[in-house]
Amino acid sequence: MNKELFEYVIRIADDSLILGQRLSEWCGHGPILEEDIALTNIALDLIGQATNLFEYASQIEGGDRNADQLAFLRFDREYRNLLLVEQPNGDFGDTLMRQFLFDAFRKPFFERLIACTDLQISGIAEKSLKETKYHLKHSSEWVIRLGDGTEESHNRIQNSLDSLWRYTDELFFENQVDAVLLDDFNFPKLSEIKEDWLKNVELVLDEATLAVPDNNWQFKGGREGLHSEHLGKILAEMQFMQRAYPNMEW
Amino acid sequence: MSKKEWPLWEVFIRSKAGLNHKHVGSLRAADAEMAIDNARDVYTRRSEGISIWVVPSNQITASDPTEADALFEPANSKIYRHPTFYDVPDGISHM
Amino acid sequence: MVKDLSIQELEKRFQEKIDKDIKIEPNDWMPDDYRQTLIRQISQHAHSEIVGMLPEGNWITRAPNLRRKAVLLAKVQDEAGHGLYLYSAAETLGADREETIDDLHSGKAKYSSIFNYPTLSWADMGAIGWLVDGAAIMNQVPLCRCSYGPYARAMVRVCKEESFHQRQGFEIMAHLAQGSPEQKAMAQDALNRFWWPALMMFGPNDAESKHTLQSMNWKIKRHTNDELRQQFVDVTIPQAEMIGLTIPDKDLIFNELTGHYEFGEINWDEFWNVVKGNGPCNKDRIDTRKKAKEDGAWVREAALAFADKRQKRKSA
Repeated sequence: MNKELFEYVIRIADDSLILGQRLSEWCGHGPILEEDIALTNIALDLIGQATNLFEYASQIEGGDRNADQLAFLRFDREYRNLLLVEQPNGDFGDTLMRQFLFDAFRKPFFERLIACTDLQISGIAEKSLKETKYHLKHSSEWVIRLGDGTEESHNRIQNSLDSLWRYTDELFFENQVDAVLLDDFNFPKLSEIKEDWLKNVELVLDEATLAVPDNNWQFKGGREGLHSEHLGKILAEMQFMQRAYPNMEW
Repeated sequence: MSKKEWPLWEVFIRSKAGLNHKHVGSLRAADAEMAIDNARDVYTRRSEGISIWVVPSNQITASDPTEADALFEPANSKIYRHPTFYDVPDGISHM
Repeated sequence: MVKDLSIQELEKRFQEKIDKDIKIEPNDWMPDDYRQTLIRQISQHAHSEIVGMLPEGNWITRAPNLRRKAVLLAKVQDEAGHGLYLYSAAETLGADREETIDDLHSGKAKYSSIFNYPTLSWADMGAIGWLVDGAAIMNQVPLCRCSYGPYARAMVRVCKEESFHQRQGFEIMAHLAQGSPEQKAMAQDALNRFWWPALMMFGPNDAESKHTLQSMNWKIKRHTNDELRQQFVDVTIPQAEMIGLTIPDKDLIFNELTGHYEFGEINWDEFWNVVKGNGPCNKDRIDTRKKAKEDGAWVREAALAFADKRQKRKSA
């Protein structure tokens, strides 16, 4: 099997899965019914993307593990998601800022990923892009609303931005996997996406009257399996059934 | 207790090309843009629509039900407005 | 003109419309009691949908595989939607949504007592879909023909969407019942805990039910509690038998003459206690909903403040 390709797909899948898991924690607790429904829609899109990607990863691996086993039965060090998506939901502003920073990356990423030479990945990217465009519209509008809303909301979402900014450089982290695959598969060059991302993010933050944090210390590690303390707890919950009742069908 | 609430909007959905927008229900939203997004999430989860209208509920003027007789009954007697009012001899087609 | 008619004449005409199955619409004249009864019934129904999100929401993050996770999320999301349709129907009667919700939070308004029971295992997702949604559908299908237009239309939408809810629950149960001994035990345990509360969902016996007669005359209720309960028992028992689970009722017997099952005495003490607030989860459920509303206050306020600014900029 192509180990790098497997890992490349797992990365995208894990981002969707872990963020979908996080968003699903909101279900029943949103600030108003309409928004409860909206957040759940996004969570469902993400779980759907993860499912498609894990199914493909399972194929690449040769079928040793199915999609559910990949999603639910790896150890924390084997997850390749960004630190950003595993950060706790916090308040509604934290969740929407996390979503915005991620969506603003996902959109140009999927736009370029469509052009890759792997037809399965290209197909998944095409479907996911449509979903992501809506997610980005939704999260951008909320960032603007909260940033330019009341004094309280402005302060809250500025704080959210300040604490999440440290996880944004990792969006563009490249390692050996990219080096090996980029040319063969025509995968997106992440450093090129960064420009798009920053331009769009600054545009929205400006409209939201929010300031880009000057503390530019950046964390990374997620793409190499070195996570924050949060992932272990997410997995403990998410994997509970599969771990407590091994080898059963549900 | 509640502070000021988001206004109420009436939602109209075109279920497929060629059909009218039809009233499907209402929802709360702070502004028109949000009302469209919310309508998409609330009323089209099962592919019920391809186009959405939202209207602030307080902008709708309704006819008074107590005047229904005066408004609508006079039309009932004008049966000559309907094609079935007319006799067409057997053997005539395309009419 | 209607305005000049006496109350007696208005009531007579109103009842004639109902008897002829003509729907009542928001601006039509209606007796105050009719309005109040509807507001109470619709908002209780809406509250039940919203509080009902919590017991199942409890398992979304622990759903055992990707398919089940997506299905459960979509189902709980539908419940939010159903709550919303119903609050909208109540708003057409002049019941402001947030005030209605405040009545729930203060304990003034009730909701279905079934949601005050805890969800202790994954099998409870099966039991709730199969039994609780099954019982709800029995109640709701006749309401699609209810005399009040907006409520009837909301129920048509709810019933259409809800048809998958019961199936997914039964599928979970059937799967567990055919699985390992642990899974089968899990399914049986869930059935044991949810069977009786599900029967209680139809409300007190007809003799004890104070609203039934008037509500039937107004066609905002089309069958009595006991009729619906019997119907539920009759269809559900063969389903349990088919997947090899046992109904936890030693008095259960099929009456060949009537063609109906006869079942044991419901523990009405327990029912009234849960209604009064003494169920295992009453406090948690309401506290959770209150917290969601309070935590979201700044968000709702900010959105309004921003909408105001946007409006001013547009008109400037």
